[in-house]
Order: sequence, then structure tokens, then C-alpha cells
Amino acid sequence: MSPRLKRLRKVLDVPIVKGFKPYGHDAAKINKEPINLLYEEYEALRLCDYNMENHTVASEIMEVSRPTFTRIYASARKKIASAFVEGRQIVIEGGKVYFDSSWHICNSCNSTFNNPNKIIAINNCALCGSSNISDYENEPLINDDKSCK
Amino acid sequence: MKVAITSTGNTLESTIDPRFGRCSYFVIYDLKTKSLEFIPNPNKDADEGAGPASVQLVAVKGVSKIVSGEFGMKIKSLLDSLKIQMVVYKNTEKKISEIIEMLNH
Repeated sequence: MSPRLKRLRKVLDVPIVKGFKPYGHDAAKINKEPINLLYEEYEALRLCDYNMENHTVASEIMEVSRPTFTRIYASARKKIASAFVEGRQIVIEGGKVYFDSSWHICNSCNSTFNNPNKIIAINNCALCGSSNISDYENEPLINDDKSCK
Repeated sequence: MKVAITSTGNTLESTIDPRFGRCSYFVIYDLKTKSLEFIPNPNKDADEGAGPASVQLVAVKGVSKIVSGEFGMKIKSLLDSLKIQMVVYKNTEKKISEIIEMLNH
């Protein structure tokens, strides 16, 4: 039997760097495999230790259960600690994640649309092409009703 | 670029379907070649999992945008990870031909 599928973890954005390298006079001699920190582990660390959220709040932000969040967080701490102690590189990549997208509303045709590609900013409506668009704060259009799933 | 539109029927006179996973037809419209394709939705009467199954159906067609009246909770993260844009259009009176006209702006 195949294991249960992992739930997609919500990550706000990709980290600004791809990883970290140790330095110092012995750093070059230590030629060990880099440690792979997953995106979800980076996000857990960011929420917990940088934004100072508690595990319950952070787990809701990442849309996983609290125990799952704690496991991700513990694994992140373990990996970073071993990178520090063993003087290994950290590479941040991979993981079962999706990146949150922003929503916009068109004031001329009244449609709402999201921007799945964060790098390119949206200036025109995805439907009618009008430039009269504004940001849409929440996502009330997503229906949680069973009939619509 | 290809766009998927949810439709209540298989003609240009049909209106946009307010549901995504259980819409009657998908219209795959190619903005470059102006070609149209109507695909009947096999998940129309599915008990559950209609959304993800429909996402798969349109994703293999290579669409980069989906126009529908509503998207379910399960789909949002899926479409975000596939980098497919969602366009929510609440006006269910609009005909497919009119939507296509709007897309051709």
C-alpha cells in the first residue's frame, strides 16, 4: 500500500538566498555533502523563530496540522544544528509546497483573478485586459461548501 | 496561450458554468490559433474529488488560465503549484462567445 499523500504546505515566498556556505581557515578542507533544507522547513523556521509565532498559529498559516508543523520545525532545527556543528553547507530547495498567490479585482468587468507567477507583476485584467485593477485583500470567492468541491 | 472556460453546454451560445469541478463542459480556447475545443466533463456527477480530477483534465491540455464562476478549496493550492491562473467571473449570464471576445481584448 502506498503511504498517505502529504498535504501541500503553504509557503509565503521563496527565500532570498539559495543557501549558506561556511567560511574560515578550515572551511575549504571540510568537503562534506551539503545539507538540504526543504522550503517548508525554511518557512517553519521563519514563522516560528523570525516572526515569533507559536506553533498553532504557524501551522494554520502553512495549512497543516499542529503536530505536522512541529515535526517540520523539529527537522529544520536538527538540520541547521548539524550544519553548524559539522561545518556543512545548507542548500534550501525542494519540499512539498506551493507558493501563495495574490488576488486582484478588475473594476471594469468585475472579475477576480490571481497572480500565480510572483516575479511578473500584473497590470492588466486577465479577462478583459483593462488596466483598471486593484488588489483584492481576502479570498471570499473560494467556496468551502461541499457541493462545490 | 490556452485558456479553459467552464461551460454549461457545447455551443458558443452556452453560458459560463458557475462551478469548476462539476461543470458540464470545458472549453479550451487557444488565444494564438483562435481554435476551440469542447470537452465534456467526466467528473460532472462525481461524488468526490471532482475538482482535482478536473484540474488534471485541463492541465494536460496545457492551459495557463481558467475562467470559472467559483473554485473549491482543494483546487487553489493545486493550481498555485501548477502555476495556472484562476479567473473568477461571477456573471453567469455571460455566453461563451462573449467571454472569448473579452479574452481577445
